[in-house]
Amino acid sequence: MTKLIIILLSAVFINNYILSRFLGICPFLGVSKKLDSATGMSLAVIFVMLIATAVTWPIQMFLLNPNDLGYLQTIVFILVIAALVQLVEIVLKRYIPALHKSLGVYLPLITTNCAILGVTILNIDEGYTFVESMVNSLGSGLGFMLAMVMFSGVRSKLEGADIPKSFKGLPITLVAASITSLSFMGFGGVIENLFA
Amino acid sequence: MSAILTAVIPVVVIGLICAAVLVVASKIMAVKEDERLPKVRECLPGANCGACGYAGCDGYAKALVEKEGVATNLCIPGADAVSKQLSEILGVEFEDVIEQAAVVHCCGDCDATEDNVDYRGMESCSAAKLIFGSKGACGYGCLGLGDCKNVCPQDAIDIKDGVAHVYRPICVGCGLCVKTCPNHLISLTPAIEDVAVLCSNKDKGAVTRKVCTNGCIGCKKCEKVCPVDAIKVKNNVAEIDYEKCVCCNACSTYCTTGCIVRG
Repeated sequence: MTKLIIILLSAVFINNYILSRFLGICPFLGVSKKLDSATGMSLAVIFVMLIATAVTWPIQMFLLNPNDLGYLQTIVFILVIAALVQLVEIVLKRYIPALHKSLGVYLPLITTNCAILGVTILNIDEGYTFVESMVNSLGSGLGFMLAMVMFSGVRSKLEGADIPKSFKGLPITLVAASITSLSFMGFGGVIENLFA
Repeated sequence: MSAILTAVIPVVVIGLICAAVLVVASKIMAVKEDERLPKVRECLPGANCGACGYAGCDGYAKALVEKEGVATNLCIPGADAVSKQLSEILGVEFEDVIEQAAVVHCCGDCDATEDNVDYRGMESCSAAKLIFGSKGACGYGCLGLGDCKNVCPQDAIDIKDGVAHVYRPICVGCGLCVKTCPNHLISLTPAIEDVAVLCSNKDKGAVTRKVCTNGCIGCKKCEKVCPVDAIKVKNNVAEIDYEKCVCCNACSTYCTTGCIVRG
Protein backbone atom coordinates (compact mmCIF):
# COMPACT_ATOMS: atom_id res chain seq x y z
CA MET A 1 0.00 0.00 0.00
CA THR A 2 2.77 2.42 0.93
CA LYS A 3 4.42 1.69 -2.39
CA LEU A 4 1.25 2.58 -4.29
CA ILE A 5 0.97 5.89 -2.44
CA ILE A 6 4.60 6.66 -3.16
CA ILE A 7 4.06 5.87 -6.86
CA LEU A 8 0.97 8.06 -6.97
CA LEU A 9 2.51 11.05 -5.20
CA SER A 10 5.78 10.91 -7.08
CA ALA A 11 3.91 10.71 -10.39
CA VAL A 12 1.96 13.82 -9.46
CA PHE A 13 4.73 15.94 -8.00
CA ILE A 14 8.28 14.72 -8.60
CA ASN A 15 8.00 13.11 -12.00
CA ASN A 16 5.31 15.48 -13.18
CA TYR A 17 4.89 14.72 -16.86
CA ILE A 18 4.85 18.28 -18.05
CA LEU A 19 7.07 20.08 -15.60
CA SER A 20 9.76 17.45 -14.96
CA ARG A 21 9.68 15.06 -17.88
CA PHE A 22 8.67 17.69 -20.45
CA LEU A 23 6.19 15.44 -22.20
CA GLY A 24 2.85 16.73 -23.46
CA ILE A 25 4.11 20.29 -23.89
CA CYS A 26 1.87 20.82 -26.92
CA PRO A 27 -1.47 20.71 -25.07
CA PHE A 28 0.21 22.41 -22.11
CA LEU A 29 0.94 25.50 -24.21
CA GLY A 30 -2.00 25.19 -26.58
CA VAL A 31 -4.98 24.56 -24.34
CA SER A 32 -3.94 26.24 -21.09
CA LYS A 33 -5.36 29.64 -22.00
CA LYS A 34 -8.66 29.17 -20.22
CA LEU A 35 -9.42 27.27 -17.04
CA ASP A 36 -12.40 25.34 -18.39
CA SER A 37 -10.66 24.11 -21.52
CA ALA A 38 -7.60 23.22 -19.42
CA THR A 39 -9.71 21.07 -17.07
CA GLY A 40 -11.57 19.50 -20.00
CA MET A 41 -8.32 18.56 -21.67
CA SER A 42 -6.83 17.21 -18.43
CA LEU A 43 -9.89 15.06 -17.72
CA ALA A 44 -9.66 13.62 -21.22
CA VAL A 45 -5.93 12.95 -20.68
CA ILE A 46 -6.53 11.17 -17.34
CA PHE A 47 -9.23 9.06 -18.92
CA VAL A 48 -7.15 8.11 -21.95
CA MET A 49 -4.03 7.43 -19.85
CA LEU A 50 -5.98 4.96 -17.72
CA ILE A 51 -7.57 3.03 -20.58
CA ALA A 52 -4.35 3.12 -22.61
CA THR A 53 -2.45 1.57 -19.72
CA ALA A 54 -5.17 -0.99 -19.14
CA VAL A 55 -4.81 -2.13 -22.74
CA THR A 56 -1.09 -1.77 -23.44
CA TRP A 57 0.19 -3.46 -20.27
CA PRO A 58 -1.44 -6.82 -21.13
CA ILE A 59 -0.28 -6.47 -24.75
CA GLN A 60 3.32 -6.02 -23.61
CA MET A 61 3.21 -8.78 -21.02
CA PHE A 62 1.19 -11.43 -22.84
CA LEU A 63 1.87 -10.71 -26.50
CA LEU A 64 5.16 -8.93 -27.05
CA ASN A 65 7.38 -10.27 -24.26
CA PRO A 66 6.63 -14.00 -24.73
CA ASN A 67 7.36 -13.70 -28.46
CA ASP A 68 10.56 -11.62 -28.06
CA LEU A 69 8.93 -8.71 -29.86
CA GLY A 70 9.80 -6.07 -27.23
CA TYR A 71 11.32 -3.86 -29.93
CA LEU A 72 7.87 -3.39 -31.49
CA GLN A 73 6.68 -1.71 -28.29
CA THR A 74 6.54 1.88 -29.56
CA ILE A 75 4.83 1.24 -32.88
CA VAL A 76 2.30 -1.22 -31.47
CA PHE A 77 1.46 1.10 -28.60
CA ILE A 78 0.90 4.06 -30.94
CA LEU A 79 -1.35 1.93 -33.13
CA VAL A 80 -3.37 0.55 -30.24
CA ILE A 81 -3.74 3.88 -28.44
CA ALA A 82 -4.87 5.70 -31.58
CA ALA A 83 -7.46 3.03 -32.37
CA LEU A 84 -8.59 2.93 -28.75
CA VAL A 85 -9.17 6.65 -28.52
CA GLN A 86 -11.17 6.61 -31.75
CA LEU A 87 -13.24 3.76 -30.36
CA VAL A 88 -13.84 5.62 -27.12
CA GLU A 89 -14.93 8.65 -29.11
CA ILE A 90 -17.46 6.60 -31.08
CA VAL A 91 -18.82 4.98 -27.91
CA LEU A 92 -19.09 8.31 -26.11
CA LYS A 93 -20.85 9.91 -29.07
CA ARG A 94 -23.46 7.16 -29.07
CA TYR A 95 -24.10 6.60 -25.38
CA ILE A 96 -22.97 9.67 -23.43
CA PRO A 97 -23.44 12.66 -25.77
CA ALA A 98 -23.04 15.15 -22.93
CA LEU A 99 -19.58 13.83 -22.04
CA HIS A 100 -18.72 13.64 -25.74
CA LYS A 101 -19.60 17.28 -26.13
CA SER A 102 -17.30 18.36 -23.29
CA LEU A 103 -14.40 15.97 -23.97
CA GLY A 104 -14.98 15.35 -27.68
CA VAL A 105 -12.85 18.18 -29.01
CA TYR A 106 -9.84 17.07 -27.00
CA LEU A 107 -10.01 13.35 -27.65
CA PRO A 108 -8.66 13.38 -31.23
CA LEU A 109 -5.97 15.82 -30.10
CA ILE A 110 -4.51 13.35 -27.63
CA THR A 111 -4.61 10.19 -29.77
CA THR A 112 -0.93 10.48 -30.49
CA ASN A 113 0.10 12.63 -27.57
CA CYS A 114 3.57 11.85 -26.29
CA ALA A 115 2.51 12.04 -22.63
CA ILE A 116 0.10 9.14 -23.15
CA LEU A 117 2.69 7.08 -25.01
CA GLY A 118 5.28 8.08 -22.40
CA VAL A 119 3.14 6.82 -19.52
CA THR A 120 2.51 3.44 -21.12
CA ILE A 121 6.16 2.88 -22.05
CA LEU A 122 7.54 4.09 -18.71
CA ASN A 123 5.16 1.75 -16.88
CA ILE A 124 6.82 -1.15 -18.67
CA ASP A 125 10.34 0.23 -18.21
CA GLU A 126 9.86 0.67 -14.47
CA GLY A 127 8.71 -2.93 -14.23
CA TYR A 128 5.43 -2.06 -12.54
CA THR A 129 2.71 -4.64 -11.97
CA PHE A 130 -0.71 -4.03 -13.49
CA VAL A 131 -2.10 -2.31 -10.39
CA GLU A 132 1.03 -0.22 -9.96
CA SER A 133 0.84 0.78 -13.63
CA MET A 134 -2.76 1.92 -13.25
CA VAL A 135 -1.87 3.93 -10.14
CA ASN A 136 1.08 5.48 -11.93
CA SER A 137 -1.16 6.44 -14.89
CA LEU A 138 -3.70 7.99 -12.57
CA GLY A 139 -0.95 9.94 -10.83
CA SER A 140 0.52 11.08 -14.12
CA GLY A 141 -2.90 12.22 -15.29
CA LEU A 142 -3.51 14.09 -12.05
CA GLY A 143 -0.07 15.67 -12.34
CA PHE A 144 -0.93 16.75 -15.87
CA MET A 145 -4.15 18.27 -14.57
CA LEU A 146 -2.32 20.02 -11.72
CA ALA A 147 0.16 21.59 -14.13
CA MET A 148 -2.56 22.58 -16.64
CA VAL A 149 -4.82 24.15 -14.03
CA MET A 150 -1.98 25.94 -12.28
CA PHE A 151 -0.62 27.25 -15.53
CA SER A 152 -3.98 28.43 -16.82
CA GLY A 153 -4.12 30.54 -13.65
CA VAL A 154 -0.67 31.93 -14.38
CA ARG A 155 -1.66 32.68 -17.95
CA SER A 156 -4.83 34.51 -17.00
CA LYS A 157 -2.65 36.76 -14.83
CA LEU A 158 -0.28 37.25 -17.78
CA GLU A 159 -3.17 38.48 -19.95
CA GLY A 160 -3.52 41.63 -17.89
CA ALA A 161 0.17 42.14 -17.14
CA ASP A 162 2.16 44.94 -18.74
CA ILE A 163 4.63 42.90 -20.77
CA PRO A 164 7.25 44.36 -23.14
CA LYS A 165 6.01 44.04 -26.70
CA SER A 166 8.76 41.67 -27.82
CA PHE A 167 7.86 39.24 -25.01
CA LYS A 168 4.12 39.15 -25.66
CA GLY A 169 2.51 35.85 -26.57
CA LEU A 170 4.59 32.70 -26.74
CA PRO A 171 7.91 34.06 -25.34
CA ILE A 172 6.48 35.14 -21.98
CA THR A 173 4.45 31.92 -21.84
CA LEU A 174 7.61 29.86 -22.19
CA VAL A 175 9.38 31.96 -19.55
CA ALA A 176 6.44 31.50 -17.18
CA ALA A 177 6.38 27.76 -17.91
CA SER A 178 10.06 27.39 -17.08
CA ILE A 179 9.64 29.23 -13.77
CA THR A 180 6.65 27.02 -12.89
CA SER A 181 8.77 24.02 -13.79
CA LEU A 182 11.60 25.25 -11.53
CA SER A 183 9.19 25.44 -8.61
CA PHE A 184 8.42 21.75 -9.02
CA MET A 185 12.09 20.88 -8.50
CA GLY A 186 11.46 21.73 -4.86
CA PHE A 187 9.53 18.47 -4.46
CA GLY A 188 12.61 16.40 -5.31
CA GLY A 189 13.40 13.93 -2.50
CA VAL A 190 10.42 14.98 -0.38
CA ILE A 191 8.23 11.98 -0.99
CA GLU A 192 10.77 9.23 -0.42
CA ASN A 193 11.46 10.73 2.99
CA LEU A 194 7.78 11.07 3.87
CA PHE A 195 7.51 7.38 4.63
CA ALA A 196 11.05 6.75 5.76
CA MET B 1 13.90 -12.15 -44.20
CA SER B 2 12.12 -14.09 -41.48
CA ALA B 3 13.23 -11.46 -38.95
CA ILE B 4 11.43 -8.80 -40.96
CA LEU B 5 8.34 -10.96 -41.25
CA THR B 6 8.18 -11.69 -37.52
CA ALA B 7 8.14 -7.92 -36.97
CA VAL B 8 5.80 -6.95 -39.79
CA ILE B 9 3.15 -9.64 -39.36
CA PRO B 10 2.18 -8.90 -35.72
CA VAL B 11 1.93 -5.16 -36.44
CA VAL B 12 -0.21 -5.76 -39.52
CA VAL B 13 -2.43 -8.17 -37.62
CA ILE B 14 -2.87 -5.76 -34.73
CA GLY B 15 -3.58 -2.96 -37.19
CA LEU B 16 -6.19 -5.04 -39.01
CA ILE B 17 -7.87 -6.03 -35.76
CA CYS B 18 -8.01 -2.37 -34.67
CA ALA B 19 -9.40 -1.33 -38.05
CA ALA B 20 -12.03 -4.07 -38.01
CA VAL B 21 -13.14 -3.12 -34.50
CA LEU B 22 -13.38 0.55 -35.49
CA VAL B 23 -15.36 -0.19 -38.63
CA VAL B 24 -17.79 -2.43 -36.76
CA ALA B 25 -18.14 0.09 -33.96
CA SER B 26 -18.78 2.99 -36.30
CA LYS B 27 -21.43 0.95 -38.12
CA ILE B 28 -23.20 -0.26 -35.00
CA MET B 29 -23.00 2.96 -33.09
CA ALA B 30 -23.53 5.41 -35.91
CA VAL B 31 -25.39 8.50 -34.78
CA LYS B 32 -28.16 9.43 -37.18
CA GLU B 33 -27.64 12.75 -38.87
CA ASP B 34 -30.47 14.68 -40.40
CA GLU B 35 -30.53 13.51 -44.02
CA ARG B 36 -31.33 17.01 -45.24
CA LEU B 37 -28.02 18.32 -43.86
CA PRO B 38 -25.72 17.07 -46.67
CA LYS B 39 -28.29 18.22 -49.25
CA VAL B 40 -28.51 21.68 -47.76
CA ARG B 41 -24.75 21.86 -47.49
CA GLU B 42 -24.38 20.93 -51.14
CA CYS B 43 -26.60 23.81 -52.26
CA LEU B 44 -24.50 26.41 -50.50
CA PRO B 45 -21.61 27.82 -52.55
CA GLY B 46 -18.91 26.83 -50.06
CA ALA B 47 -17.12 30.16 -50.09
CA ASN B 48 -17.27 30.24 -46.26
CA CYS B 49 -17.49 34.02 -46.47
CA GLY B 50 -19.69 34.47 -43.41
CA ALA B 51 -22.10 36.90 -45.07
CA CYS B 52 -25.02 34.91 -43.62
CA GLY B 53 -23.80 35.61 -40.11
CA TYR B 54 -22.87 31.99 -39.34
CA ALA B 55 -19.41 30.46 -39.11
CA GLY B 56 -19.08 29.35 -42.71
CA CYS B 57 -21.38 27.32 -44.94
CA ASP B 58 -21.37 24.32 -42.58
CA GLY B 59 -22.61 26.49 -39.74
CA TYR B 60 -25.39 27.97 -41.84
CA ALA B 61 -26.47 24.53 -43.13
CA LYS B 62 -26.60 23.20 -39.59
CA ALA B 63 -28.64 26.16 -38.38
CA LEU B 64 -31.07 25.80 -41.31
CA VAL B 65 -31.70 22.13 -40.57
CA GLU B 66 -31.74 22.23 -36.79
CA LYS B 67 -33.46 25.48 -35.98
CA GLU B 68 -36.91 26.57 -37.04
CA GLY B 69 -37.34 29.93 -38.67
CA VAL B 70 -33.80 30.53 -39.95
CA ALA B 71 -34.26 32.54 -43.12
CA THR B 72 -33.22 30.87 -46.38
CA ASN B 73 -32.25 34.12 -48.06
CA LEU B 74 -29.16 34.86 -45.98
CA CYS B 75 -26.67 33.54 -48.53
CA ILE B 76 -25.82 36.63 -50.54
CA PRO B 77 -23.16 35.06 -52.83
CA GLY B 78 -25.61 32.26 -53.69
CA ALA B 79 -28.37 34.73 -54.54
CA ASP B 80 -31.87 33.69 -55.61
CA ALA B 81 -30.88 30.30 -57.02
CA VAL B 82 -29.56 29.02 -53.70
CA SER B 83 -32.44 30.50 -51.74
CA LYS B 84 -34.87 28.72 -54.05
CA GLN B 85 -33.14 25.35 -53.68
CA LEU B 86 -32.94 25.74 -49.92
CA SER B 87 -36.61 26.55 -49.58
CA GLU B 88 -37.47 23.52 -51.73
CA ILE B 89 -35.43 21.14 -49.56
CA LEU B 90 -36.71 22.55 -46.30
CA GLY B 91 -40.26 22.99 -47.51
CA VAL B 92 -40.58 26.65 -46.62
CA GLU B 93 -41.65 29.63 -48.63
CA PHE B 94 -39.16 31.10 -51.07
CA GLU B 95 -37.69 34.41 -50.01
CA ASP B 96 -36.08 36.80 -52.43
CA VAL B 97 -32.40 37.63 -51.91
CA ILE B 98 -31.45 41.24 -52.30
CA GLU B 99 -28.20 41.00 -54.23
CA GLN B 100 -25.59 43.35 -52.97
CA ALA B 101 -22.24 44.52 -54.21
CA ALA B 102 -19.47 46.39 -52.50
CA VAL B 103 -18.42 49.93 -53.32
CA VAL B 104 -15.36 51.84 -52.09
CA HIS B 105 -16.36 55.30 -50.94
CA CYS B 106 -13.21 57.10 -52.03
CA CYS B 107 -12.03 58.48 -55.35
CA GLY B 108 -8.93 60.29 -54.15
CA ASP B 109 -6.52 58.92 -56.73
CA CYS B 110 -2.97 60.12 -57.40
CA ASP B 111 -4.15 63.17 -59.40
CA ALA B 112 -6.56 64.39 -56.77
CA THR B 113 -4.60 63.99 -53.56
CA GLU B 114 -1.10 63.08 -52.47
CA ASP B 115 0.68 61.11 -49.82
CA ASN B 116 1.89 63.01 -46.80
CA VAL B 117 4.07 60.23 -45.45
CA ASP B 118 6.67 58.14 -47.21
CA TYR B 119 5.40 54.77 -46.04
CA ARG B 120 7.77 51.89 -46.74
CA GLY B 121 6.56 49.31 -44.28
CA MET B 122 4.48 46.19 -44.71
CA GLU B 123 2.13 46.17 -47.70
CA SER B 124 -0.93 46.37 -45.53
CA CYS B 125 -3.48 49.13 -44.96
CA SER B 126 -4.02 48.22 -41.33
CA ALA B 127 -0.25 48.34 -40.65
CA ALA B 128 0.03 51.77 -42.29
CA LYS B 129 -3.03 52.97 -40.41
CA LEU B 130 -1.58 51.69 -37.13
CA ILE B 131 1.72 53.55 -37.59
CA PHE B 132 0.71 56.81 -39.27
CA GLY B 133 -3.04 57.03 -38.74
CA SER B 134 -3.31 57.55 -42.46
CA LYS B 135 -1.07 57.44 -45.48
CA GLY B 136 -2.41 60.18 -47.71
CA ALA B 137 -3.17 63.80 -46.97
CA CYS B 138 -6.82 62.88 -46.38
CA GLY B 139 -7.22 60.95 -43.17
CA TYR B 140 -10.48 59.35 -44.34
CA GLY B 141 -9.31 58.11 -47.72
CA CYS B 142 -8.26 54.81 -49.24
CA LEU B 143 -4.76 53.74 -48.19
CA GLY B 144 -4.37 51.79 -51.40
CA LEU B 145 -2.25 48.98 -49.98
CA GLY B 146 -4.78 46.33 -50.88
CA ASP B 147 -6.06 44.72 -47.66
CA CYS B 148 -9.48 44.47 -49.33
CA LYS B 149 -7.96 43.09 -52.50
CA ASN B 150 -6.20 40.34 -50.58
CA VAL B 151 -9.32 39.28 -48.74
CA CYS B 152 -11.64 39.28 -51.78
CA PRO B 153 -12.57 35.69 -52.71
CA GLN B 154 -13.68 36.76 -56.20
CA ASP B 155 -10.70 38.89 -57.24
CA ALA B 156 -13.20 41.66 -57.85
CA ILE B 157 -11.09 44.42 -56.27
CA ASP B 158 -8.26 46.20 -58.00
CA ILE B 159 -6.02 49.03 -56.83
CA LYS B 160 -5.90 51.74 -59.49
CA ASP B 161 -3.89 54.94 -59.00
CA GLY B 162 -3.73 54.29 -55.27
CA VAL B 163 -7.45 53.74 -54.75
CA ALA B 164 -9.34 50.46 -54.50
CA HIS B 165 -12.07 49.81 -57.06
CA VAL B 166 -14.67 47.08 -56.90
CA TYR B 167 -15.66 45.55 -60.21
CA ARG B 168 -19.32 45.17 -59.31
CA PRO B 169 -20.44 42.60 -61.89
CA ILE B 170 -18.11 40.01 -60.32
CA CYS B 171 -18.69 41.07 -56.70
CA VAL B 172 -20.90 38.62 -54.83
CA GLY B 173 -21.53 40.89 -51.86
CA CYS B 174 -19.96 38.71 -49.17
CA GLY B 175 -18.85 41.77 -47.23
CA LEU B 176 -15.38 40.52 -46.28
CA CYS B 177 -13.78 43.71 -47.59
CA VAL B 178 -16.27 45.81 -45.61
CA LYS B 179 -14.98 44.21 -42.41
CA THR B 180 -11.34 44.43 -43.48
CA CYS B 181 -11.00 48.09 -44.51
CA PRO B 182 -9.36 49.92 -41.57
CA ASN B 183 -10.89 53.22 -42.70
CA HIS B 184 -14.38 51.72 -43.09
CA LEU B 185 -14.62 53.01 -46.65
CA ILE B 186 -16.42 50.06 -48.18
CA SER B 187 -20.13 49.40 -47.92
CA LEU B 188 -22.61 47.06 -49.56
CA THR B 189 -25.26 48.61 -51.80
CA PRO B 190 -28.03 46.95 -53.80
CA ALA B 191 -26.39 45.46 -56.88
CA ILE B 192 -28.85 46.93 -59.37
CA GLU B 193 -28.22 50.49 -58.16
CA ASP B 194 -24.96 51.78 -59.51
CA VAL B 195 -24.84 55.33 -58.25
CA ALA B 196 -22.61 55.99 -55.25
CA VAL B 197 -20.91 58.80 -53.37
CA LEU B 198 -17.20 58.13 -53.66
CA CYS B 199 -16.02 60.13 -50.70
CA SER B 200 -16.01 59.62 -46.95
CA ASN B 201 -14.31 62.84 -45.81
CA LYS B 202 -16.24 64.24 -42.87
CA ASP B 203 -14.32 67.51 -42.63
CA LYS B 204 -15.81 70.85 -43.68
CA GLY B 205 -15.77 71.63 -47.41
CA ALA B 206 -12.78 73.97 -47.35
CA VAL B 207 -10.64 71.49 -45.39
CA THR B 208 -11.64 68.66 -47.70
CA ARG B 209 -10.82 70.73 -50.75
CA LYS B 210 -7.30 71.41 -49.49
CA VAL B 211 -6.40 67.72 -49.24
CA CYS B 212 -8.30 66.29 -52.22
CA THR B 213 -9.76 67.86 -55.33
CA ASN B 214 -12.21 64.97 -55.79
CA GLY B 215 -13.66 65.07 -52.28
CA CYS B 216 -17.24 65.85 -51.33
CA ILE B 217 -17.40 69.42 -50.04
CA GLY B 218 -20.96 69.16 -48.78
CA CYS B 219 -22.36 71.83 -51.12
CA LYS B 220 -25.83 70.22 -51.03
CA LYS B 221 -26.37 70.69 -54.76
CA CYS B 222 -27.27 67.00 -55.07
CA GLU B 223 -29.86 67.41 -52.31
CA LYS B 224 -31.58 70.13 -54.36
CA VAL B 225 -31.61 68.29 -57.68
CA CYS B 226 -32.76 64.93 -56.33
CA PRO B 227 -36.43 64.47 -57.33
CA VAL B 228 -37.20 61.87 -54.67
CA ASP B 229 -35.32 63.30 -51.72
CA ALA B 230 -33.01 60.29 -51.54
CA ILE B 231 -29.69 62.07 -51.07
CA LYS B 232 -28.75 63.98 -47.93
CA VAL B 233 -25.58 65.65 -46.73
CA LYS B 234 -24.70 64.28 -43.31
CA ASN B 235 -21.47 65.14 -41.49
CA ASN B 236 -20.29 67.14 -44.51
CA VAL B 237 -20.56 64.21 -46.89
CA ALA B 238 -23.45 63.22 -49.17
CA GLU B 239 -25.24 59.97 -48.43
CA ILE B 240 -27.69 58.10 -50.64
CA ASP B 241 -30.75 56.36 -49.23
CA TYR B 242 -31.01 53.39 -51.59
CA GLU B 243 -34.58 52.62 -50.58
CA LYS B 244 -35.70 55.90 -52.11
CA CYS B 245 -33.20 56.24 -54.98
CA VAL B 246 -34.62 55.78 -58.47
CA CYS B 247 -31.29 55.98 -60.33
CA CYS B 248 -32.27 59.09 -62.26
CA ASN B 249 -28.66 60.20 -62.51
CA ALA B 250 -29.45 63.80 -61.53
CA CYS B 251 -27.03 63.95 -58.57
CA SER B 252 -24.11 62.53 -60.50
CA THR B 253 -24.71 64.96 -63.38
CA TYR B 254 -24.79 68.04 -61.18
CA CYS B 255 -22.12 67.09 -58.61
CA THR B 256 -19.59 69.93 -58.48
CA THR B 257 -16.55 67.82 -57.60
CA GLY B 258 -17.53 64.68 -59.48
CA CYS B 259 -17.49 62.41 -56.47
CA ILE B 260 -20.99 61.06 -57.15
CA VAL B 261 -20.47 58.48 -59.84
CA ARG B 262 -22.47 55.98 -61.81
CA GLY B 263 -20.86 52.54 -61.76
